[in-house]
Amino acid sequence: MTEVSVTKDATPTAEDLVVLKNVNKHFGALHVLQDIDLTIARGEVVVVIGPSGSGKSTLCRAINRLESIESGSITIDGKPLPEEGKALARLRADVGMVFQSFNLFAHKTVLENVMLGQLKVRKADKKDAEEKARGLLDRVGVAAQADKYPAQLSGGQQQRVAIARALAMGPKVMLFDEPTSALDPEMINEVLEVMQQLARDGMTMVVVTHEMGFARSAANRVVFMADGRIVEEAVPDQFFSNPRSDRAKDFLSKILHH
Amino acid sequence: MFDFLEGYNLWEAFWTTVQLTVLSAIGSLIWGTVLAAMRVGPVPLMRGFGTAYVNIVRNIPLTVIILFTSLGLNQTFGATLGSDQIDTTNFRLAVLGLIAYTSAFVCEALRSGINTVPVGQAEAARALGLNFTQVLTLVVLPQAFRSVVGPLANVLIALTKNTTVAAAIGVAEAALLMKEMIENEAQLVLISAVFAFGFVCLTLPTGLILGWVSKKVAVKR
Repeated sequence: MTEVSVTKDATPTAEDLVVLKNVNKHFGALHVLQDIDLTIARGEVVVVIGPSGSGKSTLCRAINRLESIESGSITIDGKPLPEEGKALARLRADVGMVFQSFNLFAHKTVLENVMLGQLKVRKADKKDAEEKARGLLDRVGVAAQADKYPAQLSGGQQQRVAIARALAMGPKVMLFDEPTSALDPEMINEVLEVMQQLARDGMTMVVVTHEMGFARSAANRVVFMADGRIVEEAVPDQFFSNPRSDRAKDFLSKILHH
Repeated sequence: MFDFLEGYNLWEAFWTTVQLTVLSAIGSLIWGTVLAAMRVGPVPLMRGFGTAYVNIVRNIPLTVIILFTSLGLNQTFGATLGSDQIDTTNFRLAVLGLIAYTSAFVCEALRSGINTVPVGQAEAARALGLNFTQVLTLVVLPQAFRSVVGPLANVLIALTKNTTVAAAIGVAEAALLMKEMIENEAQLVLISAVFAFGFVCLTLPTGLILGWVSKKVAVKR
């Protein structure tokens, strides 16, 4: 683990890529995000963990506005998150998203899935888009499946294609919303390896996961959420060996000793 | 046995039926898709318009709509739809009426298809930076269409038979010829049988072909 500063300075610097300030959201009576303050620096890998219903997925989805927020602000690379329309679409193009259920376009081949955003959003040349798509599929190890449809692939392969699809946009930051939770156990590692590689390559990542091994080995910082609040933030070693809050101690005791 | 058919041009009458069907099918597919897009879109005014249109139009008898195109649009408001010949005008008015009516059903069939597309598909498309129109036309509608080929075949078969209502405003299609023959000839049962057979010849292949297409294009998940 390299040296990491877990500072929470009030003024955002040029190195701060994603800044959430005082973010609040309700689902009906449930206060799912409560006064969330979170800053993610360029190149940083932040793993968000916590019990079900703690708001961690909502937090992840709010960063590219798949969930709207009621108050507070979210800025990405210095720009506030737009409400609607073209500006929002442009911003989303710079934020890669990987979903729990893969969400590959079912009527398009693997190659077409990875090319679609390049062609329709980035207006790339078809040949360049295909070249880039094949390169990325090769990088995530599914180049041989390029002409198949998503339903013909295993879950692990589908999720790696989904990562390639997000990378094809050249995102500034990648959001992972429980990327391995829908996978068979033997397929989890092939996806985590791709993510580890991305992290080593310096990609800025926000990862919501239950994979504590990944958090330990790849994260620069662990954010622990419970009941809509960020309860604790720390470097992985410190968090796992010496959690400060009772809530985190309780959570870790339940998942680590079995 | 079939001497009574002499002197009548069945082919021409059924050809008019086919033309009414094909033109109305294309028109209602386009307008129905636009209506469906309005009903699932983010603009409240358009959603309201789509909902109101469908609920009003599908609850009015087709005969009333077709008669309105002639008595209302043509005779009261003077719409001729770009033709100075009354036959052509009536044909076009009938197509207009059939499109207006059928598109309400196309819209609802398509909307049920849109509901079969998992929310995640649209979310993934939005996350890539596609705008609303792109999400709809590139990701959601192609999948929605594939899942409603069967229901759309029903709509198309109903449309083929509904073209007979155009006889009410004097369009020379199959049903008008049948009425004429029933008035002039004695073989009432045979005449009905001939026309029934004619319509089955049009609609049965439609159903079979689209049934095959439906299986062929189904999206595997």
